[in-house]
Amino acid sequence: MTLEMRSAGRPGIYKGEKRRGLALALPAMLWLGLFFILPLLIVLVISFLTRGTRGVQFTTPVTIENYIDILSFPYVDVFWESIGIAALTTVICLIIGYPLAFFIATRKSRIMQNLTLFLVILPFWTNFLVRTYAIKVMLGADGPLNTTLMNLGLIQEPLQLVNTQLAVLLGLTYSYLPFMVLPIYASVERFEFRLVEAANDLGANDLRAFLRVVLPLTLPGVIAGSILVLIPTIGAYITPDILGGTQGLMIGNLITTQFRGTGNWPRGSAASMVMMLLVMLALIGYVMMSARAALTNRRRPVE
Amino acid sequence: MRRNLFSVLVLLFVFAVSIPVFAQDGAGVEPWTCPQGFEGQTLNVYNFSTYVAEDTISNFEAACGVTVIYDVYESNEALLARLSQGNPGYDVIHPADFMVAVMSDLGLLQELDMSLIPNFANVSETFVDPPYDPGNVHSVPYQWGTLGVGYNITRTGEEITSWQQVWDYQGPVAWLEEPRIMMAPVLNLLGYSPNTQDAAEIEAARDFLIEHGGNVAAIAADDGQARLEVGEVDITVEYSGDIFQLIADCECDDFRYVIPEEGAQVWTDNMAVPVGAPNPALAYAYIDYILSPIAGADISNYTAYGTPLDLDLVGDLIDPELLSNPGIYPPQEVLDNLYFLLSVPEAEVLYSDAWDIVKVALSR
Repeated sequence: MTLEMRSAGRPGIYKGEKRRGLALALPAMLWLGLFFILPLLIVLVISFLTRGTRGVQFTTPVTIENYIDILSFPYVDVFWESIGIAALTTVICLIIGYPLAFFIATRKSRIMQNLTLFLVILPFWTNFLVRTYAIKVMLGADGPLNTTLMNLGLIQEPLQLVNTQLAVLLGLTYSYLPFMVLPIYASVERFEFRLVEAANDLGANDLRAFLRVVLPLTLPGVIAGSILVLIPTIGAYITPDILGGTQGLMIGNLITTQFRGTGNWPRGSAASMVMMLLVMLALIGYVMMSARAALTNRRRPVE
Repeated sequence: MRRNLFSVLVLLFVFAVSIPVFAQDGAGVEPWTCPQGFEGQTLNVYNFSTYVAEDTISNFEAACGVTVIYDVYESNEALLARLSQGNPGYDVIHPADFMVAVMSDLGLLQELDMSLIPNFANVSETFVDPPYDPGNVHSVPYQWGTLGVGYNITRTGEEITSWQQVWDYQGPVAWLEEPRIMMAPVLNLLGYSPNTQDAAEIEAARDFLIEHGGNVAAIAADDGQARLEVGEVDITVEYSGDIFQLIADCECDDFRYVIPEEGAQVWTDNMAVPVGAPNPALAYAYIDYILSPIAGADISNYTAYGTPLDLDLVGDLIDPELLSNPGIYPPQEVLDNLYFLLSVPEAEVLYSDAWDIVKVALSR
């Protein structure tokens, strides 16, 4: 309030305030510059260099060979597979998370709503690595799942669950489900349920009311949730490594090995750049989609 | 005068006769004696942690009247990093075979004066003149072990004795995340050198691994013993020491270690004197002491790794339980099949590329 008045009245001081405003952002800018922009530039430079020998990780000549490598066999296959696994995880999270968000948002008592939300967030109180190992124990040949199924007589031999792609999907879905639920919950909570009654009154059946009213109005939450699940799962590294064994090779794992032991830093850097580009494309898509959703939502009441 | 000369000659004769007699039935248990003149000096030893017997250092200190400052590191890379910035004051270091080659290439190691290490004669022929340090110019062996196969005999239902059994096994197997180590036995089996730098030979080994990798549940980063212990896999490729540790810790009789009959990688840790050592003379005395039968056998009894000393000399001093373990002291025909992995910097990229393809193929 005072700031506005002063700056309106005395433009000379406004400049000083602006500078002071910049100072507020300075620590963050320095931090990002030093630990994000600079390393990113280093990775970018290395991605155009050549692998050395005798412990030299990168050297001249400058080349685009690494990008050609990454976009051909076998690396490009792993990219596609990672995108596939990430997309599948997102869909499963959506199928589980969307109804769950509705369940939470429609609880009558505030306490019940907060409690269920709390339960969704609760796993974050335990370290991610520990939870992933816990899943591995749970799925193991001597683990509780196999033991229970065998005791019930449903299976004779323990199922091979660890070191399969199924285990990776399970682990990823488990880990990232809250990221889907929370944004959807936020948009469902704001949803006016009388709109469904209105749609019904105007002759829309339940399916039509869902598709034309409920879904479009909760779409921003769905898109935000999907992006929040898709982006980290494309680059997942710990979950496939622990739960997938040889079957869980994702691009994150392949990039890691390029930076370890006798790997290839320039190639790993190129793969990282390609992955970042993919993620950026997804984010740009998100921004465009949410802009369009906002636009149609604004237009809808006029229709 | 004449009588004196006569008595000296007699004495010399007695000595000359008696020395071989001592050597025949006494030298193996003669405690090491320290050369004169080191009293009050200090020796800086740099070694892996828990890698000497409990009284190795104190016995040396007592024998020479010196103080030993014993510092430890966790990996060869840590050793290299410490030394490549200039020797901070170490007299004796313990690099592994490949690291001896790297460090001597970098000029970090002194040439050894073997006349000051008479006990080098105790070293078994197997470990003299190794390919990573021809002529033992820069190093003498300290301990050795193998990289073979650990398995759960209750699960496999049979003894595993060969790589072929590992490749053909119907059940979960773990490999090691080490391209060179995994490709070496295949190259060996295909009749190529485990240290080949030939692209076609490496590709042949790669295709062999892809074809025989259907049973590989996980490619482990040196935690194969843990996966074996919890039953995630039935067989794992691992360092001998890791599996022996598991066998010792387990209240069970499930686990075995075997050096596959087709051959396996052998490694050594070695003693070397770095350039800039403050007290090289005492370093030589220490190395000579470690190569003496009693001190050498004590260390190997403690670490459960192999001693590089000639077993004809020290066999009686080695714990019989360790001595009879073919995973530690294999018979000569297995010993003949062991190979060192040498550093092949120009071919590293061939191996890592081939390995990436193996991993992608196995994930299908």
